[in-house]
Amino acid sequence: MSKFSKKNASTKQEVPTAALPDIIFMLLIFFMVTTVLREVTLQIRVTLTKAVNIEKIEEKRLVSYVYMGPEKVGQNSFGATKVQIDDVLIEDLTNIRTIMYEKLLEQPKLIVSLRVDMDSEMGLVTDVKQELREANTLRINYSTKRKVL
Amino acid sequence: MLLKKKKREEAEIPSASLADIAFLLLIFFLVTTTIDVDTGIGLVLPPKPDENVKPPPVKERNLLKILVNQQGLVLVNDMPSAVTDVKQKVLDFVDNANKAQDPNLSESPKSAIVSLKTDRATPYSLYIAMLDEVRGAYNELWDTLSMQRFGVKYTMLDNERKAEIRAVYPMNISEAEPDPGAN
Repeated sequence: MSKFSKKNASTKQEVPTAALPDIIFMLLIFFMVTTVLREVTLQIRVTLTKAVNIEKIEEKRLVSYVYMGPEKVGQNSFGATKVQIDDVLIEDLTNIRTIMYEKLLEQPKLIVSLRVDMDSEMGLVTDVKQELREANTLRINYSTKRKVL
Repeated sequence: MLLKKKKREEAEIPSASLADIAFLLLIFFLVTTTIDVDTGIGLVLPPKPDENVKPPPVKERNLLKILVNQQGLVLVNDMPSAVTDVKQKVLDFVDNANKAQDPNLSESPKSAIVSLKTDRATPYSLYIAMLDEVRGAYNELWDTLSMQRFGVKYTMLDNERKAEIRAVYPMNISEAEPDPGAN
């Protein structure tokens, strides 16, 4: 017998899978942390318009939303056009300036994104814009979707 | 004598399916995650007008007045126009100094101001369509200049070069003060 007889491999030929759950958990935790469930419950209908020449807002934390659209009354019926900020409907438009001014104090680079339903009229939008000027929140954004040509 | 032959089974929780459970959760979150980026048309509103300071005078020829009424009809400098023609009109107006040199259109791209006025009952979608047209015209001007100077499109430039292009064709969109009495 030769001196260098082949020994049987003592280790098993298997990929260790013990760490697999850990890896998956890490991915899971990443997605759980990054997931933003819808922040506000919309009490109005907002169907955005489409436009071609649009830009992305990269800094999402600067953005504060103002929703405008017809109020949801029933299953498929809509009432008058209302303004919603966060979770409340704004009845008196002059409240917008106080709300927005406070937000501006918290975030001086605030961008107000107007999410307006496509069937709205300009009158309300103009009123809200005037209120935003009162609050000195001058950077705005008309939220639109990308139109595919 | 009864001897215990079998060794007692070790009390262990089976962890083979742990990975499967984690996968299931992972897939749920993957599906529900919406990394939605807000897109839209950015604008900077003019500050509140000061009553003591009068707005600076603007020459008639440097102002392109776009009016949109509630029926969706468009007037560009008092001439009826189709929505899709507005882009060309803005292009002609802003770049007048380098092209046609019409005495009724702007003196230079820097002094050109596009004024947009709407009725209270003007549909919002139409207003956005108009803004889109005006921006489209400026985008075209920027792209052309950018291709001439740097050989690439405007969107590919860095911020410094973008500012250089924008200095040549600044986008001046004026939103007229709303009429206090009008409905």
